[in-house]
Amino acid sequence: MIWVDTVLQGVLLGGLYALFALGLSLVFGIMRLVNLAHGDLIVLAAYLILMLVTLLGLGPFVAALIALPVMFAVGWVLQRLVLNRVLGPDILPPLLVTFGLSVVLQNALQEGFSADSRRIPAGWLETASVPVGPISLGVMPLLTFGSAILVTLALQFVFYRTALGRAFRATSDDPVTASLMGVKPASVFAMATGIAMVVVTIAALYLGTRANFDPTTGPARLIYAFEAVIIGGLGSLWGTLAGGIIIGVAQTVGAKINPEWQILAGHVAFLVVLLVRPRGLFPRAFD
Amino acid sequence: MSLLETRDLTGFYGDFQALFGVDITLSEGETVAVIGANGAGKTTLMRSISGVITQAPGMVRFDGREIGALPPDEIMALGIAVVPEGRKLFPSLSVEENLMMGCHRRKVAGPWSLDTVYGLFPILKERRHQPGTALSGGQQQMVSIGRALMSNPRVLLCDEISLGLAPVVIKDIYAAFPQIRETGASVVVVEQDVGQAMKVADRVYCMMEGRVTLSGRPSDLSREAIHDAYFGAAA
Ligand SMILES: Nc1ncnc2c1ncn2[C@@H]1O[C@H](COP(=O)(O)OP(=O)(O)O)[C@@H](O)[C@H]1O
Ligand SMILES: [Mg+2]
Repeated sequence: MIWVDTVLQGVLLGGLYALFALGLSLVFGIMRLVNLAHGDLIVLAAYLILMLVTLLGLGPFVAALIALPVMFAVGWVLQRLVLNRVLGPDILPPLLVTFGLSVVLQNALQEGFSADSRRIPAGWLETASVPVGPISLGVMPLLTFGSAILVTLALQFVFYRTALGRAFRATSDDPVTASLMGVKPASVFAMATGIAMVVVTIAALYLGTRANFDPTTGPARLIYAFEAVIIGGLGSLWGTLAGGIIIGVAQTVGAKINPEWQILAGHVAFLVVLLVRPRGLFPRAFD
Repeated sequence: MSLLETRDLTGFYGDFQALFGVDITLSEGETVAVIGANGAGKTTLMRSISGVITQAPGMVRFDGREIGALPPDEIMALGIAVVPEGRKLFPSLSVEENLMMGCHRRKVAGPWSLDTVYGLFPILKERRHQPGTALSGGQQQMVSIGRALMSNPRVLLCDEISLGLAPVVIKDIYAAFPQIRETGASVVVVEQDVGQAMKVADRVYCMMEGRVTLSGRPSDLSREAIHDAYFGAAA
């Protein structure tokens, strides 16, 4: 029974990692851009929510709701003004620019909020739990996992059921031909990064209420996100969700065996999946 | 006045010059063929008109407007649709989704819709949920033509639609052209197949090494003149 509990906790934790990863997966799938500042943008959104909570006295969920459009705009502007300029056949410029952005964000947050670690207060929800048979599951982890599934469903809907999603896929296939169909790749990319930042904000809400964070927390989140995306298969949204869950379960199971193994177990699971399925669990049919 | 016109159009790939002052015109409702051997500059001409290659504004005029420097998405919004060389279907999209991309930006009422495109090419309706790339070459070409028609274009640019297709298939595809013309669209067909071009076109331009070497009505052009314009007089 104790193992069932451990695995279930891992699955729920995996929801958080999936939330870290889905925005990264979306952006990579559409424009082959690896955003090294993704983790720092999650932390930025967490500070934004924290500010709204502490300055305006809002609840964390209402604060996140307000942060959503703000972060969408941040993503849109970032893509229009910076990232669109460095996208091209060479993958190095976007890597350098987003790496630079990561450093800038960490230092700016350090200046603005100091290096102290903070947490978004969530009141009674922090400790609330529901009994499921002999196991008790935290309400926040359950909400996190539910949100990860909803976000995956929503992204899947946008991707495969809307004109915007069609333009996303067409542009990802062939930007020149897409532009002959009237698509402006620069605006499609800006929409994509805007949407990715909406997902980032949801991830930030659960990151910030679950544990302490500080301005340097980002890069570690980026690694989990990367691993989830790669385990799932590049560009597959359900794959990314599955990837997050695998890392989450590996971590809790590893920690159960020996508390020092938590992080290591996640990375080992990543390597094992890569050994068995080098292209991830759900690779695209073509690339 | 002509609907579409190039004036002293030049075209470059880096230092390499592919077009040397090309002048062509297309009137409302007219079908014009551009013929020429491989490497003559036909595709470069199409890319210049559709905006894939940016030009000086005055080098391309459409409906009295200088469009040479506009990006491709804005040119398509004005009503110039392209059937690109090599068909260029989107592999991640189904047949129907490929067709829908044609009216992603330009949504004007007109003769063409999913229903009428399926009427023109019934096989596409059967295959509409399959990936575009699962189709035969001829069927893919139908998707590419249908996709361009979905925007109800005023000008349709077709770049070598017969390329790599069997003669019977080419015949099937060109059988659709009378219906396309009836809707009033002006058409430019780029072809290496001179016979096919002569059959569909009101006027023909022959290109060689980046220049127009001959133009006129098919009935006014002798075989020898075309041969010389196509391969060079001395050859
Ligand atoms: N992307 C390119 N880069 C460099 N040269 C090119 C490119 N595309 C075409 N060319 C050159 O430009 C000339 C005209 O090519 P193109 O317009 O494709 O001819 P056509 O369509 O008549 O076969 C050729 O000499 C070709 O080699
Ligand atoms: Mg060509």
